Amino acid sequence: MLRLDCLRSVYSELENCLVVTIMGAVAAELHSLGHRPNFFYLQHAMGLASSTGLGLALCLPEQRVIVFDGDGSLLMNLGSLSTMARYRPKKLVHVVFDNESLLSVGGFPTATSTGTDLEGIARAAGIPRVTTVRSVESFKSAVTDAMRGSELTTIIAKVEAKGPAAYVTDLSLLENRFQFRRHIQTLKTS
Amino acid sequence: MSALPETWLVHLIRLADEDPKMILVRLAKEEEGIGISAGAHFAGVKSAMLMQNHGFLASINGIVSFAHLYKIPLLMLISYRGSLGERDPWQTQGGNVTEPLLQALRIPYFVLDAMDSVRKRIRQAQTLAESSLQPVALLLTRDLMWEE
Repeated sequence: MLRLDCLRSVYSELENCLVVTIMGAVAAELHSLGHRPNFFYLQHAMGLASSTGLGLALCLPEQRVIVFDGDGSLLMNLGSLSTMARYRPKKLVHVVFDNESLLSVGGFPTATSTGTDLEGIARAAGIPRVTTVRSVESFKSAVTDAMRGSELTTIIAKVEAKGPAAYVTDLSLLENRFQFRRHIQTLKTS
Repeated sequence: MSALPETWLVHLIRLADEDPKMILVRLAKEEEGIGISAGAHFAGVKSAMLMQNHGFLASINGIVSFAHLYKIPLLMLISYRGSLGERDPWQTQGGNVTEPLLQALRIPYFVLDAMDSVRKRIRQAQTLAESSLQPVALLLTRDLMWEE
C-alpha cells in the first residue's frame, strides 16, 4: 500500500475539515494532490503534529480535524497519545502512516520494524477507537467512518517506505501558516 | 492553558482548572504544549503554557522548529527553580542555564518577583507575544511562588 494512494483515496473528504500533516513525504504528497487553505504542513518539530491537532480540536469542538502523522514522528512524542486520550475530542481523527522507517531523513528503520506495535500503544494509552489498515480500500473506509463518527480515532496505516522525488514544495512555511489561520477565522465568521 | 504540574505551580493549575472560561490541558511532556498553543493560535484562541524551567529546557526544539520557524506567539509562565535560595540539589543546574538559554534563543523575558506587578506583566507579555508573533517568557521566582 502506498501512502500517496491512501491520500488520494480520501482527498475529496478533506475539503471541510482542518488538516495537519507532519513533514517530509506526507506533506509533499498531500501538497502534490493539490493544496487547499485548510491544509497545514508542519515542516519540522517532529512529534508535534498530533499536539497541534489536539489544540485545534479542543478550541474548535465543532470542527472536524484530521492529523496525518507518521511512525517516526509519533515515536518521538508517544505521550501525545495519552494526552489525546485524556481529552478525547470527538471530532479528531489521527492517522499514522507507518512505513517502519525514517524515510525523509534517509530511510533508517524505526522501532515499528522490530515489533513495536503502535495500535497496541494507542489502545493502551486510552484512545477509544484504534484500527490498523493494510489496503487502500480499508484505509478509505476507516478514514471516512472515523470522519462521520463522533469518537477520537487513531488509524495505523501500514504503508511502503516509498516517498516522492522531492520534499520541497513551492509553498513557503509562513504563507501556509498565515493562510491556514486566516481560513479558520473565515470559518468562524461565516 | 497547557500545564505540567510541579509543587510551585499547583495553585495556578487549580485556578486554571476551576476557571470556566479556560481550557486546561494536562500534558505528559511540556513540548506538547507548543503544539497545543499553536493549534489554539490558529483557532484564534489565546493560550499560555505553565511549566518549570526544566520543562522549558525539554521544549527547546519545539520552540525553535515550530514557534520560531512559523512565528507562533507563546506566553510561557516558567517557574524559576534552581535560583537563589534553592535547597533541592537536583534543581540547581537548570537554574544556571535558564536565562542564558532564553537569551541565546532571543526570547524576550522578564523576571517576576513582586505580586503587585504580576497581572500587568502577564498582560504585557501576552501583548508582546501576540504583536511580535513569537515566544515571550515570564520567570516566576521563589519570592513570588513560595513561602519559606
